[in-house]
Amino acid sequence: MERLKIATVWFGGCAGCHMSFLDLDEFLIDLAGLVDLVYSPIIDCKEYPENVDLCLIEGAICNEDNLELLHKIRARTKVLVSFGDCAVTGNVPAMRNQLGPDNVANVLQCAYIEHAQENPRRPSTAGIVPALLPRVMPVHEVVAVEYFLPGCPPAAANIKAFLTQVLAGTTPQLSGRQIKFG
Amino acid sequence: MAAKTLTIDGTQISAENHITVLQAATEAGVKIPTLCHLEGVYDVGACRLCLVEVKGTAKLLPACTTRVYEGMEVATDSERLRKYRRMTLELLFAERNHVCAVCVSNGHCELQTLAYSLGMDHVRYDYCSPKWGVDATHRLFGMDHNRCILCTRCVRACWHIEGAGTKNVAGRGGKSMIITDLNEPWGNSETCTACGKCVSACPTGALSAKGSTVSEMQHDRSKLEFIVNAREKKQWSV
Repeated sequence: MERLKIATVWFGGCAGCHMSFLDLDEFLIDLAGLVDLVYSPIIDCKEYPENVDLCLIEGAICNEDNLELLHKIRARTKVLVSFGDCAVTGNVPAMRNQLGPDNVANVLQCAYIEHAQENPRRPSTAGIVPALLPRVMPVHEVVAVEYFLPGCPPAAANIKAFLTQVLAGTTPQLSGRQIKFG
Repeated sequence: MAAKTLTIDGTQISAENHITVLQAATEAGVKIPTLCHLEGVYDVGACRLCLVEVKGTAKLLPACTTRVYEGMEVATDSERLRKYRRMTLELLFAERNHVCAVCVSNGHCELQTLAYSLGMDHVRYDYCSPKWGVDATHRLFGMDHNRCILCTRCVRACWHIEGAGTKNVAGRGGKSMIITDLNEPWGNSETCTACGKCVSACPTGALSAKGSTVSEMQHDRSKLEFIVNAREKKQWSV
């Protein structure tokens, strides 16, 4: 059987889900023998490849770069997994949505002007920092998602349970505390 | 007192007249998910988690406010009920800002526990992300409206266990909110006895003891249970 091509991606989140992925410890060695990791913040690959079997998506969709890459990932991937609470619910990054339709101006004002100790100004040079979206969105609000693996972060044991089922060719099913938010 | 004979999930049971389907099910060892129900205070049927199917009625009925009757046939678990319970939970999560990861009650929350117990791994509805505040004016307790599900357990505990009548509900629909007295800051309340029964009663992280941080708030029901037991059964167990 051809080795599964797996990707992981890091959008608006703290990288804690990727840390939890690394907490798989020796299972990572088993995994390396069974799959090809073709795109991830933990490998050096600049362009998301074609024909990916499964992608673990960490983080909420916060800016234009996230949005563009997510659409590319959907087009090039068979199975998408919302990986962790930010991807599943928006979580902490989505708390800015509570500030209403003008939240982008508000958060930039707060971060770059009010809390600046020197030289307060908003970054405005085009093409350097991606523009924030008006609302932070969970992944499934933008594209169809096959599976959800909540948790902040999802415990390594749950990631292992999920991936083991995928590798066995069964439909992954998690239940009870395995799908606990937070 | 006349007894009624009914079936719950196909099992015939006999129940005291005038008790609710929820009470009859609990006595028969059948577990129905609940959220606004609290032992010792009257039921209001607010959360709709305990909806059951009753033969002869197309509507789903809340087990906590529906009385048993002779020959009643109740189903507490079905594909349809699971669908509506999950929908109800998702709507509760979408309505306010339940960010479990940064909640005082993370790991000890009835809403969170019900969500994973009933298989809710994501919310299909758009989050409303409303702007709600936190009342931290009380010297001992805090009220975070972002995490309130309007179950009114705190109001009922305040009025009917403590008898203070400090907590109330104001507004309508999704804009309803729990208020203190006539919408005063909690710390200014002259009626609040600072007994903490509202905090004990709260199923989520909406009411908490001051000083608790993420995952630290566990709602201790023992004080409420002690008083209710003493009142209803005249047992002053320590």
